[in-house]
Amino acid sequence: MAEEHDHEHEPLPEGVPPVTRRGLLFNLGLGANVVAASMIGIPIIGYVFSAVFKEKAQQAWIPLGRIEQFPEGQTRLATYTNPFRRPWDGFVADIPCWVRHIENDNFQIFAINCAHLGCPVRWFPQSGLFMCPCHGGVYYEDGSRASGPPPRGLYEYEYRIRNGHLEVRGGETPNLSESV
Amino acid sequence: MKIFASIYQWLDDRLALGRLYDQSIGHRIPASASSWFYVFGSATLACLAIQLVTGTCLALVYVPSPEFAYASIEYLDYTQPFGWLLRGLHFWGSNFMVALVTIHMIQVFLFGAYKYPRELTWVVGSTLFLCVIAMAFTGQGLRFDQDGYWGLEIVMSILGRIPFVGMEATHLVQGSPIISGATLSRFFTIHVFVVPAVIISLLVIHIRLVLLMGISEYPVAGKKIDPETYREDYEKLVERTGERLMPEGGGKDLVFTALILTAIVTCAVVIGPKIPNGPADPSLIHTVPRPDFYFLSLFAVFALMPPYMESFSIVYLLPLSIVILFAVPFISRGQERHWSKRPGAIITVVLVMTSLVILAYEGLTSPWSPHMNAWSGVPIQPQFVQGRTPLEHVGATIVQGKQCRNCHSIDGTGGKRGPDLSGVATRLTYNQLVRQVLQGDGNMPAFGRHLSPYEVTALVSFLHTLHPENEPPSQNSAPEPAPPISTDPY
Ligand code: FES
Repeated sequence: MAEEHDHEHEPLPEGVPPVTRRGLLFNLGLGANVVAASMIGIPIIGYVFSAVFKEKAQQAWIPLGRIEQFPEGQTRLATYTNPFRRPWDGFVADIPCWVRHIENDNFQIFAINCAHLGCPVRWFPQSGLFMCPCHGGVYYEDGSRASGPPPRGLYEYEYRIRNGHLEVRGGETPNLSESV
Repeated sequence: MKIFASIYQWLDDRLALGRLYDQSIGHRIPASASSWFYVFGSATLACLAIQLVTGTCLALVYVPSPEFAYASIEYLDYTQPFGWLLRGLHFWGSNFMVALVTIHMIQVFLFGAYKYPRELTWVVGSTLFLCVIAMAFTGQGLRFDQDGYWGLEIVMSILGRIPFVGMEATHLVQGSPIISGATLSRFFTIHVFVVPAVIISLLVIHIRLVLLMGISEYPVAGKKIDPETYREDYEKLVERTGERLMPEGGGKDLVFTALILTAIVTCAVVIGPKIPNGPADPSLIHTVPRPDFYFLSLFAVFALMPPYMESFSIVYLLPLSIVILFAVPFISRGQERHWSKRPGAIITVVLVMTSLVILAYEGLTSPWSPHMNAWSGVPIQPQFVQGRTPLEHVGATIVQGKQCRNCHSIDGTGGKRGPDLSGVATRLTYNQLVRQVLQGDGNMPAFGRHLSPYEVTALVSFLHTLHPENEPPSQNSAPEPAPPISTDPY
């Protein structure tokens, strides 16, 4: 009633909607809910998207084994533990890679994943080739592309040697978007 | 009896059950819509019901952790009473659902039922179709066996090809920079909570649209849709010939649905659920991943596409094909509904379906995959070594020992990735064979670094003998230079 009374006395200029108690309350309520929803929503987005933000563990040096396990001139399968391992991960935390010991401190560590579509490549010492079981991609012993659909050679991980141990920076499965 | 009547009356008074019936399963449809061609939508709905019930029950036992997923599936198969049956129902229910939703779409497409005023029904339905595919994919991932694990790796490699944000996209889906328990949890959540919620919401809209727009009348050749008068005509048609969906119009739906349900139960009992092929263990690399049947054609496309097209197709063509699917009612705006007046529609269906079937067949046989064990496991038939010189025998051994057979078959056995070697001497001259072996070409790696000159000579001398008896090996038109190792004793 009070509002109507006011309007009668002071008509608002054309085009300006009257501010009523109800309207104010509605807008206030709407705004407060937007604030409250973002207080809930932003942490949820952070929770779901946290996987995207680079984590320190991705850069971690992960032990692969003693150098003696990799005889010179040979290429061997090795596994390391996923630095993001969760206690219930089981076998899946054992990430395989190919270790090629060239000579002395010279190594090459290849991701197991074919550069084409990620299938596990296999090493054949007899012909000195990595072959992919999926679509017949083939790589030479130094990881360079030999033939088939892969658009590039095998992905290589960085490595270092500490106290006779080989360590690898394998905290991320490589793919074509950002090649290791 | 009186008591039931009064309970019903009390409920009807509160819930308006009579009105609900009139507006839903009792709504009036044109008599021509009661057709054996119109039964696929309701059968898909029945599959959804099976999936919801069996899925909920399976979740009582299944553990979405890499360590226990396999064990819990084995528990379902061998220990839990009826666990194997429920897994079978869920597996076959999904197969039937993918098939039926596809047939439903083809029927709607061929009958022009997506045209005015039912465009939005098609768009919502297409989204539902994509949801069903998403369910099938995430569901097969939940088996988390060897195939499931490497299937995920393949999909992540595909995602990784998205420009600029490829890595971020894979990490978001994987829940971690490497496939792990986090990935399985995400797939579980998507399969069990997210997509089902989307499906149920969209289904409500889909059915509301079906009720609001009415079930399309059986198309008549030559009868045109005129947006000006269509709705009026439809209402008149319903008034004239209409009958209630249930019980008059829906008898065929009921019979067909019962048939489908029986078929699902039969498959589940007779064939059973899909057995997981070993717990996911990435360090067991001796695996050849194969997707479930609905992805075989996509799998084949990626194998057969020339490499330079791959990233382009993944980034542009795949999304484009989805956009085209959604845009069907806005692209095809002709007023004719009957298929006999729409040859384009028939050609589209025939082309798409034959491509899918051929690709799926190729995906099943995968001739492009090398046989990783052929070099050590496939014999060589006597006629290919009989009467050969010792040097040529050494060559035959090299063909096996250097993994040539993984990609090349001899007499049909071995890999199909490269050409069969049985008659290779008729296609390449001695010198061309040497060049091919040493330098490789296109799809063949160069073996130069891993063969000594002696081995090359032996290998090529052997290959040079591989020709049919009455067809001589090919020769240079110019005289050939002397072979590197002379067979002349002096
Ligand atoms: S994934 Fe290796 S060739 Fe396709």
